[in-house]
Amino acid sequence: MRYFFIFLWKHSFFFLFLIFEFISFLLIVNNNPYQRSYIVNSTNELTGNMFSAFTNFTEYLSLKKNNNTLAQENANLHSKLNLLSSIETDSSFNVSTDSNFLFLPAKVISNSINNRINYLMLDKGKSDGVKIDMGVISSTGIVGLVCQVSENFSSVMSVLHKDAKISARIKENNQLVNVIWKGDDYRIGTIEDIPTHIKVIPGDTIITSGNSLIFPEGILIGNCKDFIENSGENLNNAEIIFSTDFNSLSYVYIINNLMREEQNNLIDSLPDE
Amino acid sequence: MNSVFILNIIRFIILVLFQVFILNNIEINGYINPYFYVYFILLLPFETPKWLLLSSAFLIGLSVDIFSNSIGINSAACVLIAFLRPGLINTLTSKREFETGIKPGIKDLGFAWFFNYSLILVFIHHFALFFLEAFSFHYFWFTFYQVLASSGLSVLLIIFSQYLFSYRTKE
Repeated sequence: MRYFFIFLWKHSFFFLFLIFEFISFLLIVNNNPYQRSYIVNSTNELTGNMFSAFTNFTEYLSLKKNNNTLAQENANLHSKLNLLSSIETDSSFNVSTDSNFLFLPAKVISNSINNRINYLMLDKGKSDGVKIDMGVISSTGIVGLVCQVSENFSSVMSVLHKDAKISARIKENNQLVNVIWKGDDYRIGTIEDIPTHIKVIPGDTIITSGNSLIFPEGILIGNCKDFIENSGENLNNAEIIFSTDFNSLSYVYIINNLMREEQNNLIDSLPDE
Repeated sequence: MNSVFILNIIRFIILVLFQVFILNNIEINGYINPYFYVYFILLLPFETPKWLLLSSAFLIGLSVDIFSNSIGINSAACVLIAFLRPGLINTLTSKREFETGIKPGIKDLGFAWFFNYSLILVFIHHFALFFLEAFSFHYFWFTFYQVLASSGLSVLLIIFSQYLFSYRTKE
């Protein structure tokens, strides 16, 4: 230990230089948005390439399960298609088939569920038309929001994020609520601040409200598990079980809202109070 | 010793203000911007303790940064040349020996010595500065042209002020 200090003292000039340079670089990265975005993007690209090589390998291990979920989804879609075609032929109603939302399939190449702030990385990026703030869903439900895009990859802030707040709706009675995540169990979400006159019954289905411009209406979020009445307060809470299994995500869809800009412009043009 | 200390503090303040309010606003040709304030680091006495050398360089870089909205960029470049300065002084030989009380400047060490000394340090400083600002080698030659032109101008200013001030002290 003594020799270590002697060594430090002998080269104190050099170490002081390193310390000052380190401080300078911290300052640069923290205070200059251009330099920061450059670092974030290039490390994103690098880690993205490494993760995609790794997933290419591990994908084989879960191939069978993925096949099953895809087959199931196919079956679901087929049944919906049947329903649609029967409506078209049987009734005189004109079913509108054009939608504001486009779906881009993407592969999850890295995923976390154990932190307070969880991110996924997808193998689609700027060159595929992915932009910041696009929604991400899986075949079983909601996943998250694109928060960073590089040339070929994108980072997704998952619903399992301490700042995530999803505008949702109780399917049974159409009441609007907000879903958040408390940060402990990746299967359990929380609905906060439910006014007392609204009762949520365990088993109720929670879906997206369609109010947020990001997700289309009716994407499954989860089912209510527990209704917690806070006596003495006039706001209640409820716990829900996410329909998406965040631990086993492998294929997701990125949602592109084609009308988003128009809707945003409309909102911006509203006079401020 | 005390008067040297005060002189350097005054020089620090004047050079920062001159850099921030005058030189940062001229932008010749749109891209060329001399960074004359490094003159402060060049002129620090040879006997300056090394920790003081690094910290004063860091401070003057940070002061310029705060005014020009580029926090960390100037200070990184300044700390780099402060670190290289003692080695460079040992490498550059001059006609005169380093006696005590000698100051870095044309008057004491001759034009050639001071010209080489300031050219090398200013070039390294500007190189680090402009490439940290661009933060990539994508436009290498364009940035390099900026470095060359700006360091030329800075060195010119430094030599000019050497003559301006050393003649005054002679009289």
